[in-house]
Amino acid sequence: MQQVAEAPRAALDSVARVDAKPMISMDKVNKWFGALHVLRDVTIQVAQGERVVVCGPSGSGKSTMIRCINRLETHQEGTITVDGIELTDDLRNLDAIRREVGMVFQSFNLFPHLSILDNCTLAPIWVRKMPKKEAEDLAMEYLTRVRIPEQAKKYPMQLSGGQQQRVAIARALCMKPKVMLFDEPTSALDPEMIKEVLDVMVDLARDGMTMMVVTHEMGFARTVADRVVFMDRGEIVEQGAPEPLFNNPQTDRLRLFLSQILGH
Amino acid sequence: MNPPAASSYAGTADSTIWTPSDARPPPSRVYGPIAWLRKNLFSSWLSSAVTLALIYFIITRTLSLIDWAFINAIWSVPALPNGTADTRACRALEGAGACWAVIAEKHRFILFGTYPFDQHWRPGLCILLFIGLYVVSAMKRFWRKELALIWIAVLTLIGILMWGGIFGLPYVPQERWGGLPITLILATFGIALAFPIAVFVALGRRSTKMPAVKILCVLYVELIRGVPLISVLFMASVMFPLFLPEGITIDKLLRAQVAIILFTAAYLAEVIRGGLQALPKGQYEAADAMGLTYWQKTAFIILPQALRLVIPPMVNSFIGLFKDTSLVLIIGIFDLLTAGKTAIVEPAWQGFGVEVYVVVGLIYFIFCFAMSQYSQNLETEFNKHVRR
Repeated sequence: MQQVAEAPRAALDSVARVDAKPMISMDKVNKWFGALHVLRDVTIQVAQGERVVVCGPSGSGKSTMIRCINRLETHQEGTITVDGIELTDDLRNLDAIRREVGMVFQSFNLFPHLSILDNCTLAPIWVRKMPKKEAEDLAMEYLTRVRIPEQAKKYPMQLSGGQQQRVAIARALCMKPKVMLFDEPTSALDPEMIKEVLDVMVDLARDGMTMMVVTHEMGFARTVADRVVFMDRGEIVEQGAPEPLFNNPQTDRLRLFLSQILGH
Repeated sequence: MNPPAASSYAGTADSTIWTPSDARPPPSRVYGPIAWLRKNLFSSWLSSAVTLALIYFIITRTLSLIDWAFINAIWSVPALPNGTADTRACRALEGAGACWAVIAEKHRFILFGTYPFDQHWRPGLCILLFIGLYVVSAMKRFWRKELALIWIAVLTLIGILMWGGIFGLPYVPQERWGGLPITLILATFGIALAFPIAVFVALGRRSTKMPAVKILCVLYVELIRGVPLISVLFMASVMFPLFLPEGITIDKLLRAQVAIILFTAAYLAEVIRGGLQALPKGQYEAADAMGLTYWQKTAFIILPQALRLVIPPMVNSFIGLFKDTSLVLIIGIFDLLTAGKTAIVEPAWQGFGVEVYVVVGLIYFIFCFAMSQYSQNLETEFNKHVRR
């Protein structure tokens, strides 16, 4: 398992957070793929500035859950509210939510026909209506933060996987989102590149970004998560602060899961 | 499990310093033309014999072609007192040499059909304008918004030149147009208008939110694909006017043009749909997640990638369309091929079809080959940054 650069927890905990109003709120959300019941009464709230790590075996519905938050998947029952706006079929609500929610995918999904800089400026220019110059300055600022400003003129396919994923993070940040969703951001990376991506994510957490991260990186969870959510078969089985949860699992299912991933 | 923060792996007391070895060149091979010949053409007795036989065949055929096309060829013939050409010298050759005199004599009819003879400079200028338009459009440095204006201006100018009736140009009815300008008009408008229609039909066919649009697009594509171009042309030419109110007629060329556009667009739509389907789902999702609208997503993310993927089959369709314009002969329009065919109807020139068809074929080939070459350049250019 990958060890994240040791960030003292104290530094992270000092960030002011936990607002009265939750940033993301899912209430009894249900979803089916055909007859397959993939989300079962999922109820979870994420406060502003909170960092939630979601883990669980494959097929447990963790990716589906976070993909429902920006409606890449539609849920059939229950309500999802993001930043006070309820997700409905109303396109205006959806656009408003997608503007505020950044997403990072397992397979990066950079646009291969656009340069790194254009990847980062496209949405700010067209969705946020930002002037081009301003968008480019902002993009360079975030590319510097993910430590690859020198690659701005290159194209995605000329970069390594880790670099591409860092660009994807910068691209999402350029929209100045209030929430960042990460869908297994390091699962498609070579072992030597995982750390550079996780380091960027730790930085982001340190700045107080509200984050929901689906990952198997338990080191990352221990370092930055305020809360770890464990899912199986479309249900939230157990959740809590990382140390108590990992050290003292309450359910046999989580105990089994931890023994599987920690035991190798 | 817990390496130092800085990624230095310098040797310490209990580990040695590892240095990567130098890269070596690949093992040397024998290069040069002689080695290549020996390996590929003369590797065994059988292969040598086949090679020699083929060389003999190629040389003799090439020589007789040169004989026919140049050495024995007749380039001009005298005129008889009654004004027709004296083609007896050509007939005496009995096929041993080409009678290029037919081209010298008839090239203006082949190129311009029955357009009034003293006005031939007008369609001639149109051909040059078309070629100029292609060349300018092909150059990347002219790819900006003004290019659309240039297209509109040049096409309007071509219309004025062909029809006349203003600026002191005598009016020439469409029935008298013919030859290469017809082919270029049909092909250019065909490509320029079928392409955007095809894009919308392809997008419509993939629409999930608008089932009515989807059904319309599917019906259109399947109906058009289900019948030959000739029958679409017939319908446009014969049946369509029956549905028009009394007294309204639509230009025959325009009807043929619409038929060709609709026909090509249906095929092209399927080609473009293939490109849309080949894009990974993640591209759509990433664009959605950023909050781009459907049209922003389509214009900036989806189409630029999908169209690049389908350049080869798209150019295939364009080349097909260029050659299919010759089918308008069945509704009585004199395109390049038909004009060529008609040029040798005159008794004096009957039997010299080969020469005319060689020249007409060459003209078609030049345009089609240029398209094909250009598409290959375009592909290399576009896919520079995208390894697949």
